[in-house]
Amino acid sequence: MELLWILIKIIIVFTVVMIHVMYATYFERKVIGHMQVRMGPMRVGWHGVLQPIADGIKAFFKEDIIPTAADKKVFYAAPLICLISALSAVAVIPFFETFAIANINIGLLYIFAMSSLASYGVVLAGWSSNSKYSFLGGLRSSAQVISYEIAMGLSLVGVMMLAGSLNLSDIVHAQMQSSYKIYLIPQIIGFFVFVVAMFAETNRTPFDLPEAESELVAGYCTEYSGMRFALFFMAEYIGMIVMSCLAVICFLGGWSGPFEVPGIPFFWFILKAYFFIFLYYWVRATLPRYRYDQLMALGWKVLIPLALFNILLTGTIKSLIG
Amino acid sequence: MIPGTYLPTEYLPILIMLLFATGFGVVTLWVGRFFRLRRPYAEKLIAYESGNPPSAPPRFRFSIKFYLIAILFVVFDVEAIFLYPWALVYDKIGIFAVVEMFLFIFLLLVGYAYAWRKEALEWER
Repeated sequence: MELLWILIKIIIVFTVVMIHVMYATYFERKVIGHMQVRMGPMRVGWHGVLQPIADGIKAFFKEDIIPTAADKKVFYAAPLICLISALSAVAVIPFFETFAIANINIGLLYIFAMSSLASYGVVLAGWSSNSKYSFLGGLRSSAQVISYEIAMGLSLVGVMMLAGSLNLSDIVHAQMQSSYKIYLIPQIIGFFVFVVAMFAETNRTPFDLPEAESELVAGYCTEYSGMRFALFFMAEYIGMIVMSCLAVICFLGGWSGPFEVPGIPFFWFILKAYFFIFLYYWVRATLPRYRYDQLMALGWKVLIPLALFNILLTGTIKSLIG
Repeated sequence: MIPGTYLPTEYLPILIMLLFATGFGVVTLWVGRFFRLRRPYAEKLIAYESGNPPSAPPRFRFSIKFYLIAILFVVFDVEAIFLYPWALVYDKIGIFAVVEMFLFIFLLLVGYAYAWRKEALEWER
């Protein structure tokens, strides 16, 4: 009986996440289109609302090209690793008060672990394709992801100190009980570091060096086509959703809001998460791409010292105020 | 609790989620096999290099910088992990936590300053 309930929860969350992934691509194209005074997709359905479905069907029926030089087994496994690690990170996110697939006490650590595993998929894809562009893309991407992971891990230490827990639901509860209601105010430095690292972790502009199409074609997924490419794509968008949810949980008070919306317990959560997803597109339409050495310098020389400073500051203030 | 009898049941949903995600990926790819086109020929299957045959094997020597970044990552990530349990019990251990924090982060900063001084953080030199 309990098992059935778990399965139902998983299917609900999976369906919702997948629909969000599909429509995140549509939303992105529309947002960027309008920011560039274009209309975005308009052909398939009313204002192009069926575009993601058309794209899905197209990817499904496309030929699956596997280069002869590729290391077959690793080539097959890489997109799956990306997808599995991204999807299973969704399991610990509490969407509202009593709803999370798994309410474990190391939720935050688990999300970090899963986002690190995703970089295996990237580096293996780059290696196994046996193509220069893929190889360089995979190398760059893994170096970037591991650099920013340190900054991201350190930026959340302040939140852990304030909340005293790694359980994501407990972090939200601790925020509701605190005098600020959200940790954005006491953790503003941590928030800044987290948001920058979040962009780099998900390989999005301005840090989309691994897939910088002007120099590396499509980076680590150059040799992938059809459904395998679509799996990478899904993993990237699921990663964006997970990171947005994490930012909402750790800094913006999760599902809590200024007033209760009757009947929709996840109203505020979705609203805040969509703010971050919009932020991704907004930044993509606004900022130019970083150069690789600038990217590394930003990660190692700015974000890590800032995050350490934030820990010292939080600890000192907390012990003074009590 | 008797040692050896603990069953981490709260992790069961995660295991199911992992299986579910794997199943989704494998099944989509497998079912697609019966629908998609398959017309391979030699030119299509060579590695992409703007239309030319690959000029050299792709697994060439690459910058030592990537190794350096990996080593630095291991060092700093382990230290970050050490900070987590400390951050969780910060309230409970009082003034000791503060002293410990300054000591630990000071040590971390010494290593960091050394790496910076040795230009390990410079991408180009």
